Amino acid sequence: MSHTLAEHQPGFVPTADACVKIAVRGLDFFYGDFQALTDITCDIRDNSVTAFIGPSGCGKSTFLRCFNRMNDLIIGTKVEGLITLDGQDIYAPGVDPVDLRRRIGMIFQQPNPFPMSIYDNVAYGPRLHGMKKKADLDEVVETSLKRANLWKEVKDILGRGGLTLSGGQQQRLCIARVLAVQPDVLLMDEPCSAIDPTSVQKIEDLMAELKSTVTIIIVTHNMQQAARVSDETAFFLQEVMGEPAMLVEFGRTADIFTSPKDKRTEDYITGRFG
Amino acid sequence: MADEPRTNDMPSVRGEANNLKLVSRATYFKEATLKNLFLLCAFMAVAGVALIFVFVGYRGWPIFSEVGAGNFLFGMEWLPTKGLFGILPLFVGSIVVTLGALLLGTPVAVGAAVFLSEIAPPKIRSVVRPAVELLAGVPSVVYGFFGLLILRPIVADLTGGLGFGPLTAWIILAIMIIPTIATLTEDALQSIPDGVREASYAMGATTWQTISRVLLPAAKIGIVDAIILGMGRAIGETMAVLMVVGNAPGFFRGMGEPLSTLTSQIVMDMPYASGMHRTALFGMAIILFLVSMGLVLTVRLLSRLREETS
Ligand SMILES: Nc1ncnc2c1ncn2[C@@H]1O[C@H](COP(=O)(O)OP(=O)(O)O)[C@@H](O)[C@H]1O
Ligand SMILES: [Mg+2]
Repeated sequence: MSHTLAEHQPGFVPTADACVKIAVRGLDFFYGDFQALTDITCDIRDNSVTAFIGPSGCGKSTFLRCFNRMNDLIIGTKVEGLITLDGQDIYAPGVDPVDLRRRIGMIFQQPNPFPMSIYDNVAYGPRLHGMKKKADLDEVVETSLKRANLWKEVKDILGRGGLTLSGGQQQRLCIARVLAVQPDVLLMDEPCSAIDPTSVQKIEDLMAELKSTVTIIIVTHNMQQAARVSDETAFFLQEVMGEPAMLVEFGRTADIFTSPKDKRTEDYITGRFG
Repeated sequence: MADEPRTNDMPSVRGEANNLKLVSRATYFKEATLKNLFLLCAFMAVAGVALIFVFVGYRGWPIFSEVGAGNFLFGMEWLPTKGLFGILPLFVGSIVVTLGALLLGTPVAVGAAVFLSEIAPPKIRSVVRPAVELLAGVPSVVYGFFGLLILRPIVADLTGGLGFGPLTAWIILAIMIIPTIATLTEDALQSIPDGVREASYAMGATTWQTISRVLLPAAKIGIVDAIILGMGRAIGETMAVLMVVGNAPGFFRGMGEPLSTLTSQIVMDMPYASGMHRTALFGMAIILFLVSMGLVLTVRLLSRLREETS
């Protein structure tokens, strides 16, 4: 992926390219005085899986949380540059982050179901949006759990607490909870690093099924997983401690893993550091 | 003996080769002494409560055996001079005063807890929280004074009369139980993992939706716990209530009409009561004892429930 200089100009809004779901231009991110990311520019393609890889602490989570403005919740953070969703600047004044988060779902590293029943967990989002009828909710709960590859395991225990499930099941419950509001984009921050292998398999399967309708961005520490599930890969690196991290290379996963253009990418992928 | 001291002078086959330092006799005795000291403290606490219960039970028992449990517990009139020892009006008085205080105090306390735990910026929190805790340490006679001198005239204007009665007691007691309920509720909210909040926000919930749909339900048992402990505080409170409630041992007649409670009546009568009258006061103490024991047991049961559900 290369970008012309013109695209770096402040205020530039990329044309609504049918293939580009999210466009990022010249993004800088700050935690107070500490700059965590510098000058990130990339396009996230529609209906594909994009993997973010890089050593721990290189800002992958930070970057991911810019897309649904979760960083807004941390006091003292600042974003400069441009992020667009379907050609719309998500940091423009007047954009409601609450509304944005309804379109961009997020899965966290630690499964975090609510301390309520499996059913209520999945029905949470639709209820927030005003769905009340039992029949409608029943249907959403069932389809979401099916899409999250969890229905078979829980269909008889929907009234049981979400926290009684195993870690892997909890993670899929969280996925079902997000899918229930039919997001366009799914952000996954190391969703598989705290769960059992069977569930990992199921989550990778469902990602392959989902990507026909949902744009997925996944942060992963696992190179094999990135290679298996993603269409495109972005490699981030913080070269000097205390300095901001940057996007070193971004391209088709096959290319990144077989013929990386940057020496640092190659070193990381072949396991020389990180 | 199971914990025989292993000391340096114990016979050892490999004495020379052994570099591990053995527990010295001095350390051993220090440990053992401390252990027993703590045991003694625990024993004294339990024995103290038991002793009080036995004493109060012994002195109060004749009211049940001689006047009769029915006449005592369900008697409609408290007229010791005429030999009528019915505590129902006093019991109802205690309940009225306590429930009113809970109704007034709980929403404020839970609101304060939500504000402190979920909304207040750290700076404000670090000021308000100690202030709320401080409220718990103010002696109740001070609350009583405040009620007597400041609240009572206001209530008198509102309800007519002198301002002695349940309304004044409700307000004072509500203020007194707010710290208890607020700090315990805040603890319950704080024990909810942050991931749960993040998940809710990430689902597009607002702060208010996150609080009302996720956090408060999750903290439910902890909040009920807090309310019960607040109730224990309110029902047992004596001094502040005594100073503002009016101390007329009849049935509840209205917010501004003098009333009496079990605790305040005990204090009122104790200095001069003798004979069966005195016994009746001990009988009332038994009832108070049992009520607070019931409350503590309920809290225990609830926290077990909480452990099981999480
Ligand atoms: N809430 C925060 N406040 C301050 N610095 C943070 C915060 N979260 C992360 N950082 C810092 O930002 C950098 C990037 O962190 P992160 O995005 O979590 O990296 P990654 O997900 O790639 O491991 C790290 O140096 C980290 O210490
Ligand atoms: Mg991370």
